[in-house]
Amino acid sequence: MKVMILAGGLSHERDVSIRSGRRVWEALEERGIRATVHDVDTTLLPNLQSLDDAVVWPLLHGASGEDGSLQALLELVDAPFVGTGSREARVAWVKPVAKAVFSRAGVSTPDYVTLPQSLFREVGAEHVLSALLSKFPLPLVVKPARGGSALGVSLVTEADDLAQAMVRCFAYGDQAMIERAVSGTEVAVSVVGHDDQAKVLPAVEIVCDGPYDYDARYNPGRVEYFAPSRLEPAQVAAVEEAALAVHRTMGLRDLSRIDMIVDAAGVAQVIDINVAPGMTETSLFPQAVEASGEELGALYARIVEGAFSR
Amino acid sequence: MTHSDTGGTRLDPWLGSYAARAHNMRASEIRALFAVASRPEVVSLAGGMPFIGGLPLEEIGEMMRRLIVEQGEVALQYGSGQGYEPLREHITEVMALEGIHAHPDDVVVTTGSQQALDLVTKIFINPGDVIVAEAPSYVGALGVFRAHEADVVHVPMDADGLVPEELEKALTQLAAEGRSVKFLYTVPNYHNPGGVTLSMERRPRVLEICQRFGVLVLEDNPYGLLGFDAEPLPALRSMDEEGVIYLGSFSKTFAPGFRVGWAVAPHAVREKLVLASEAAILCPSNASQMAISSYLDHHDWKGQIKKFREQYRERRDAMISALEEFMPDATWNVPDGGFYVWVKLPDGLDAKSMLPRAVTARVAYVPGTAFYYDGTGANYIRLSYCYPTSERIKEGVRRLAGVVDAELETVQIFGKGGTEASSTVEFPSPDLA
Repeated sequence: MKVMILAGGLSHERDVSIRSGRRVWEALEERGIRATVHDVDTTLLPNLQSLDDAVVWPLLHGASGEDGSLQALLELVDAPFVGTGSREARVAWVKPVAKAVFSRAGVSTPDYVTLPQSLFREVGAEHVLSALLSKFPLPLVVKPARGGSALGVSLVTEADDLAQAMVRCFAYGDQAMIERAVSGTEVAVSVVGHDDQAKVLPAVEIVCDGPYDYDARYNPGRVEYFAPSRLEPAQVAAVEEAALAVHRTMGLRDLSRIDMIVDAAGVAQVIDINVAPGMTETSLFPQAVEASGEELGALYARIVEGAFSR
Repeated sequence: MTHSDTGGTRLDPWLGSYAARAHNMRASEIRALFAVASRPEVVSLAGGMPFIGGLPLEEIGEMMRRLIVEQGEVALQYGSGQGYEPLREHITEVMALEGIHAHPDDVVVTTGSQQALDLVTKIFINPGDVIVAEAPSYVGALGVFRAHEADVVHVPMDADGLVPEELEKALTQLAAEGRSVKFLYTVPNYHNPGGVTLSMERRPRVLEICQRFGVLVLEDNPYGLLGFDAEPLPALRSMDEEGVIYLGSFSKTFAPGFRVGWAVAPHAVREKLVLASEAAILCPSNASQMAISSYLDHHDWKGQIKKFREQYRERRDAMISALEEFMPDATWNVPDGGFYVWVKLPDGLDAKSMLPRAVTARVAYVPGTAFYYDGTGANYIRLSYCYPTSERIKEGVRRLAGVVDAELETVQIFGKGGTEASSTVEFPSPDLA
């Protein structure tokens, strides 16, 4: 078996993806598993077809890697791959759609509304912004309806800053999700496996000196991580239950990371789901693996073997 | 993974050990977005990469082979800290084209002129010292200045380069405040990113003002020989040997891959530069220096520069023509040489906020904020025409025009731009050179 890691791509998160790919390659090689890292270009399919014992691990973040497109292509050529299938990935990729699906399963998530830029133009931005502010008390969060790594995300604490946040958001896509900001303990819960075999890894608690933005995520120093988290046992149970519920309800496979905030009432509010979680030196999934006591290479080996035998 | 007293980790066990100057060295969102620029699908109008395809690569390959076979024992050995003497002799010939009369002993060879910038800053700047620089200024210089904890005060330029009256005003103000101004950093020819050239009339005036205020001049001149029409103007160094440190480079006139630049400085400064360079790198690469020396010996390097000028002029014309066709609401300068067009976007646009949209549209540029120490310049972008073909330049500008239109629509809908004062200086990377 050989692992073909796909990293890079053309999304805004190319840099993060390349770093993720390198880290997974190292862990697999240390485990004695042959692996290579490839970008997604015109050599992809010929390369795939030349290997009859390969399993693909898509580590592309952002569009085409997480929106189900690449997965659909891999399914088309019957290439075994790590991660969630194309249809489920497509649903998970669009944040408001994902929220609608998992909230029906009883998982809590902050109130939100999703609006396209065209609506602001047609109805008048002033009226829509005013309506938003009357419905969502400050602070609130503006984020692209699709995307990751906190790119284009703003925490709005002053009404005057909302328009600017919308402009920043629409630079990343034509749909904006406006969400009630939740204060509390921020945690990321990673899940491995699927269906009834899905298991949670220890929650990683994130304590940041400001918004957990791109700078905080990829430059060590501003964030203090606790793995496992310092949550009370009942809260641990709540976040694990929420993560498993999301993973199973959304049909996620092999690995995922569910981001949430435990609010003042102790309720786990899910704010994001990731079907291709970051694997860089500062990423949360690898921290959760280490906190579980298992070696990264050992877990990654189990994941690729599972995908290969599927 | 090292854990703190709290039981948590910040994922860097040496966090408490860094020098204060390292705290600003952070990978930015902008840098991450540039990762896409290297993909062939993207038309990159961002980096100042010379058109290496225009070089006689086969001949250079043979030259390199002979260098290693015939002189490998010297080329692959340590060399002089000040630099390979035959190359220093050549460098004096190159500088003579811009009126500088120097002896090879006056020249310090460095690993690109970027290292010379670092060395000069290292030997002159204490934390908080002031460097006066054009507005805007070369991003790579600003990164060095920030790393050495300097404060940069920008002085406006116009179509004739640095404005002497504004320079005098700034130095007067700084003197009144008791600030320690160590040098003026200037790119007098085909400015990066401004594209303008300091006029002949202004050159002595700038030098006179600096002399009067006791301020050294750091003249950074990578593009001086790349003018499209006019003969090179006399370098500032040619007018004031005691008050000017001159930086030169082979990166734009030959190839940046060799990483060879140089400094010419007043003798006492030169001695410190050599010592500082030896402390940093022991010596510049002998192989690179000997290769360039051989190239200058055996190739028609002046003819090659002439070819480069013609190629860059054609690309400049392609860019200007495309801007006129696709972006009539923007304004720009028409450079007479060098690599860059400095574009002012329609009012209300923030080039940094717009960059993700450009990446989506597969075109890249450098936002204006990268060229200001104080985070201003949001309404400007730098476009480079040196690397892509004329056809790609046209396509890139066409895509950029679509990006600008879309961003403008967003800004008009919301009544304000995404402008944010940036408190960070982008650290130099090859993408921003």
